[in-house]
Amino acid sequence: MNTRAISLLLILTLTTGASLLLALYSGSIDISWQEIISSFYTDQKNMKQQLVQELRLPRALGAFIAGGLLALAGALLQVLLRNPLADPYVLGISGGAAVGALLAILVGAGGLVISGSAFIGAFCSMLLVFGIAHGQGSWTPTRLLLTGIILAAGWGAVINFILVISPDQTLRSMLFWLMGDLGYVQSTTPGFIVLIFGLLISLPIARSLNILAQGELQATSLGIETRRLRIIVYLLASMLTATAVTMAGSIGFVGLVVPHLIRMMGFSDNRILLPAAILFGGSLLILADTLARTVIAPQQLPVGVISAVIGVPLFLFLLYRGQIQRL
Amino acid sequence: MSILLETHQLSVTIADKTICQKLDLQIKSGQSWAILGMNGVGKTTLLHTLAALRTPQSGTIELLGKNIFQLNKRAIAKILGLLLQDHEDAFPGSVMQTVLTGRHPHMNNWQWESAQDIAIAKQALAFVELEEFAERSILTLSGGERRRVALASLLCQQPKLFLLDEPTNHLDLRYQHRLLDNLSTQLRQQNKTAIMIMHDVNLAMRYCNHALLLFNDGSHQIGFCNEVINKESLSRLYDYPMRSLKENDTEIFIPG
Repeated sequence: MNTRAISLLLILTLTTGASLLLALYSGSIDISWQEIISSFYTDQKNMKQQLVQELRLPRALGAFIAGGLLALAGALLQVLLRNPLADPYVLGISGGAAVGALLAILVGAGGLVISGSAFIGAFCSMLLVFGIAHGQGSWTPTRLLLTGIILAAGWGAVINFILVISPDQTLRSMLFWLMGDLGYVQSTTPGFIVLIFGLLISLPIARSLNILAQGELQATSLGIETRRLRIIVYLLASMLTATAVTMAGSIGFVGLVVPHLIRMMGFSDNRILLPAAILFGGSLLILADTLARTVIAPQQLPVGVISAVIGVPLFLFLLYRGQIQRL
Repeated sequence: MSILLETHQLSVTIADKTICQKLDLQIKSGQSWAILGMNGVGKTTLLHTLAALRTPQSGTIELLGKNIFQLNKRAIAKILGLLLQDHEDAFPGSVMQTVLTGRHPHMNNWQWESAQDIAIAKQALAFVELEEFAERSILTLSGGERRRVALASLLCQQPKLFLLDEPTNHLDLRYQHRLLDNLSTQLRQQNKTAIMIMHDVNLAMRYCNHALLLFNDGSHQIGFCNEVINKESLSRLYDYPMRSLKENDTEIFIPG
């Protein structure tokens, strides 16, 4: 690993820390740094310290985890499909999750049931795409991509149907779910475990992924069991996406753009790109969520809106600055 | 001379087309083979079969005495290296990064390239005369330069057996000769072996000592270049009249 890569990871780690602190500090109630810091070790917390520990911290951690999961899943899928336009939702996983979640909201279920139902939807969608694309044995990226896109279109129609037949009072929470909202985060532990698991699986296969980007034949002739590798990547990316959408709905943009932002900075080696994507995606979403809950407080915005508002100009700026040939 | 790659009664077909039937091939170390034949006759398919990228209809392929389809891919990649006809760069990196991918079969999953791997890559880049391009992006290269990077990547892999699919694709006349010349010198010095698909008969005569001719009717001919390559066999091979010119004992074939 060269010094440039180490500095990138170091800077992104510091950015993550800084965005976490900012998220703990920002909100409708002013809390001093002293109280924030002491909230981590005092047993007898006052109201403000409880607010930090029980509301702001879990929400910021949830944002980091969801952002990290999505960025990692996006980077993996872009390599798997050898397509720069791929994102975590391209294979229809979020569509399945959305149908599950919306049905739960429709029948008036609470948070945990919504999450569970979303996860089941995502899982069914993953099995469907895998089964259909894999059916005849050959498993080209194009075939997988088309299967996913068509299935996503199908889910889209079901989502619209549910929205049309839903009563007005549930529509708002449905729309928030669809746009991605961290208000739904129940517990950060499962997401954190999946994120760490994803990182541990993807690091040892990262060098093989660099070669997979050069095509199936080249990878096989360099000693990679491509079939096994692609199944691992598909299952892993699906699991990461399913976990992210279960936690926070379909937050768009992070999974597509973060891997490209890192590539545009000159890091196309997946051994650096994948961990960097987690840190970058995570901190981007912490910042976006912090803005989402403060910018027109006490009114809250869906985080997906803000992540696009930050990401689009950033992406266009880097593209315009002439790094486009790296894409 | 030890036998590196051997086929017994190998039959390869693709979409009902017979590429070869009952092919018995013995590739020994130090030899350099040319595969010649018309477009679409199945040269690439046969080469991929020899590299265990696809399974044959019947017959066996042995690499160093072992059934190649029972070896794992990494074990094969340490012995046998393949230069593909075309390159795909979905997310292109630098020239150095691309050349270093050749070290993949020699490294375990958690390993990073060592100083020795980088030295091998630099040597390979020097071989194809692209040392100064190490930090350039792959996307800034011309077709011929990209081809030379692919060859450097293969050299970096350090296989015993080189399978080359049209190695002179995109190369200008100077590099066609410089690279094939350097390659045959290196193969000779290190007692390594090459099988290359060629379209230029005269290049094949100059740099290879053995030839496999694949005819359009599914038959084949094997032997020393100067025995199997003549104007009659070439006329039949390409379905086009060929004639030969002689200059100082060197025979040159031109379309008649």
